[in-house]
Amino acid sequence: MRARIPVENQDTLAALRGFLKRLLETEAVEAVLVPMETPAGAVTPALVADPALLDAADPLAPVLGLNAARVVGPVTVREPRGRVAAVLRPCEYRALVELVKLQQASLEDLVTVVVDCPGTYTVPDYQKMRANGGVDRAALLAGMRTGDLAPQSGYSFRDACGMCENFAAVAGDIRVELFGADLSAGIPVVLPDDLAGHLGLEAAPEDGRRAEVVDKVTRSRVQARDAVFAEIRGRLEKEGVEGVFAACVRCHNCMTVCPICYCKTCLFKSPVMEHEPMQYMAWARRKGAYRLPADTMLFHLTRLNHMVLSCIGCGLCTDACPADLPVGRVFRAVGQQLQAVFDYVPGRSVEEPLPLITFREDEWSHVGEER
Amino acid sequence: MSDNGFEPKIVAFLCNWCTYTGADLAGTSRIQYPPNVRIIRLMCSGSVDPTYVLKALLDGADGVLIGGCHPGDCHYQSGNYKARRRVIALKEILKQAGMEEDRVWLRWISASEGQRFADTVTQMVQYLKEKGPNPMKREWAV
Ligand code: SF4
Ligand code: SF4
Ligand code: FES
Repeated sequence: MRARIPVENQDTLAALRGFLKRLLETEAVEAVLVPMETPAGAVTPALVADPALLDAADPLAPVLGLNAARVVGPVTVREPRGRVAAVLRPCEYRALVELVKLQQASLEDLVTVVVDCPGTYTVPDYQKMRANGGVDRAALLAGMRTGDLAPQSGYSFRDACGMCENFAAVAGDIRVELFGADLSAGIPVVLPDDLAGHLGLEAAPEDGRRAEVVDKVTRSRVQARDAVFAEIRGRLEKEGVEGVFAACVRCHNCMTVCPICYCKTCLFKSPVMEHEPMQYMAWARRKGAYRLPADTMLFHLTRLNHMVLSCIGCGLCTDACPADLPVGRVFRAVGQQLQAVFDYVPGRSVEEPLPLITFREDEWSHVGEER
Repeated sequence: MSDNGFEPKIVAFLCNWCTYTGADLAGTSRIQYPPNVRIIRLMCSGSVDPTYVLKALLDGADGVLIGGCHPGDCHYQSGNYKARRRVIALKEILKQAGMEEDRVWLRWISASEGQRFADTVTQMVQYLKEKGPNPMKREWAV
């Protein structure tokens, strides 16, 4: 049902903290997994069991350095486990859905709290803002009300956020709907009836402007996204992967931050990729020269094959790349094409099987039968 | 392109139960086919990781043939159905990445189809001769 979290003194953040505290105090859950501000001023997810500590919870901090789906995994993946509420951005929720299907996380005993997202800054930018006059959250909230979202002057949103068309909370057990909302009248929230009853929240009418505002932001993001896709596809066609990833230094950062790349031992860190010294000599002789570390394009093309169908576009790979390569742009652009082939939308539903572990006998029946 | 003496190199990943046996049959029945193919035997087409195919292509193989049992005949029930999806994904990615997806062929060839195996290799060699060498042969910076 739809309800409103009461807001006092226009303090949206305090109201959200209060809501999370209620979840704990009423024992709806045993812990809340939420972005917290550390004493040193950084923002990091933490699993909070003591309601008093939720005064440091910062679910609205416009920064993303880690996709929280990664940390939901270990907390939920097997029994026995606690009853937990996890506060997530839409891209984190989508990553979680994919991880559930990859059997790296579970939705059992988990209450997902998905919050509308205006876009986020990189960790360095966020730190810079804090050091130089602060992060203007009021402007972001105001922008969410009208749909005129702009980053703080002198900064831009993370590359992925600028082209993210899936920023609205459309799934999850609890949805915090900030777009189009007059927050002085309370924060619109959608949650199961029994939980609302448990928390003592009453039904409230829908805020009329949300759909229109979400639509407006979606249109501008789709426009930005399509421009990026056109640019990156043009480059891939002209230069190939070896052109776009030419400056890669093989730090594997993109893979390390990727919430979907869950393999405990990546093929590229395994003995399969350790070759005999004479093997390198053979390769060098065969081609005249051999790029080292070996298999750099193989790394990127393999990653595309292994996970692009599940790429939910959080773009942390781009932020993590020391060579400033458009990793996330490539993955999103290629992902869109491939997802269309298999009619698959990553992160949409745990009911939709991963395209590469399922099949239909009667599909593509001409493939392999060519004479 | 004329043939110019160019002899394409094909790496073939064949499933043990059907295509590999088919290739064997071609041999024992003395069916002629060009010697351009290096065969790697796997238990099932479903165990071909796209990485193997990519490694061969990036290192300069002119073509990669993946052979498995006809749909319905996989000895592990569904390996070939999954391989089919994987190859479709791989070829689409190659296309997107600006690489030549038509160097990768997937064919269902049963244990009794020695002739089909020979025909497939002959066809593929002809196709690759016309197409020319894999440009990755000379690309050291990949
Ligand atoms: S990618 Fe989308 S959902 Fe994720 S932080 Fe950016 S705008 Fe928000
Ligand atoms: S983060 Fe950048 S440099 Fe590091 S492996 Fe990925 S693409 Fe290469
Ligand atoms: S055993 Fe031949 S394709 Fe699976």
